[in-house]
Amino acid sequence: MRDWLAETRPDVAVCFYNDHGLNFFLNKMPTFAVGAAAAYHNADEGWGLPVFKSFEGHPELSWHVIEQLVGDEFDITTCQSILVDHALSIPFELAYPDADAWPVKLVPIAINTVQFPLPSPKRCLALGRSVHRALQSWRGDERIVVIGTGGLSHQLDGERAGFINPDYDRFCMDNLAANPEALVKDTARDVVRLAGAQGVEILNWIAARGALGEAMTETHRN
Amino acid sequence: MSGNPNSCSSESPIPGTSLFDGRAAAKGYQLNAMCFSFNDARNRQAFLDDETGYCDRFALTAEQRAAVESRNVLGLIAAGGNIYYLAKLAGIFGLNVQDIGAQQTGMSVEAFKQMLLDQACSKQQEN
Repeated sequence: MRDWLAETRPDVAVCFYNDHGLNFFLNKMPTFAVGAAAAYHNADEGWGLPVFKSFEGHPELSWHVIEQLVGDEFDITTCQSILVDHALSIPFELAYPDADAWPVKLVPIAINTVQFPLPSPKRCLALGRSVHRALQSWRGDERIVVIGTGGLSHQLDGERAGFINPDYDRFCMDNLAANPEALVKDTARDVVRLAGAQGVEILNWIAARGALGEAMTETHRN
Repeated sequence: MSGNPNSCSSESPIPGTSLFDGRAAAKGYQLNAMCFSFNDARNRQAFLDDETGYCDRFALTAEQRAAVESRNVLGLIAAGGNIYYLAKLAGIFGLNVQDIGAQQTGMSVEAFKQMLLDQACSKQQEN
């Protein structure tokens, strides 16, 4: 993947993620939130760990995406100030392990996976497809990479903590590229049953898949 | 590849799992608000300095206080705690995700880690 990134050299990353209680609390919990900031920072998430590097934003592209989403009747929340957590940052650490500064600007899109009712997988795919339309009509010449974050099946809470479902994970990996519709037949509640309480983070992958458009070739998995 | 096993009723209970829905979010609001405050190191220190006083500031319910006092993760969830926020409280207690997994499943930490590994290994073999 690092080789692929080195070859394609994207300038901007549109990143779907779920906030782990750094920025959003239950007082105001948006279903979908789009960042439109000039910069994004990480902060102490409760464990006093070193903070991740900040990101430069791309407010013009963010607003272009927001215009498309609202035009497509997605009633999103827009954020000109938003902290980004480890779930967003770690994939960039893995993708660019030696970078002193991130080589891409960021457009973050947060999906609520914390508090039910969650958006349905079907709705997340549609959201991603709306983002795809925005990226297609963007007049800039930036190269744009789409990133979906979070885990496949896993569960941290309850007597079923530690639950993993390799069959469901394989089902997702085998269908995400060519047949994402197969993943969106389930409700979010079904996904919890199949993938664990935190397995609903697959919603980020589904939205990211939508943002890539119809045709897609899988180049790598691990 | 498995077919999507979507045959069971969508509304039937999910074993060992409670969905954090509006009812839980309302019930657990104070507890989760306290956990959210732990993003600030000063608040973590204030809790360590005076746990009871800090719980008072957030008006925790008796059930929530008892769960905090006993460091009981299942009790914290039953009292409306959400794992994304509880993880911050667990950190203050020096518990990582394997520790809380072990506690909730009644396993030793070693047994819990082995269970995770066993699932991962079976996944690789099947691949």
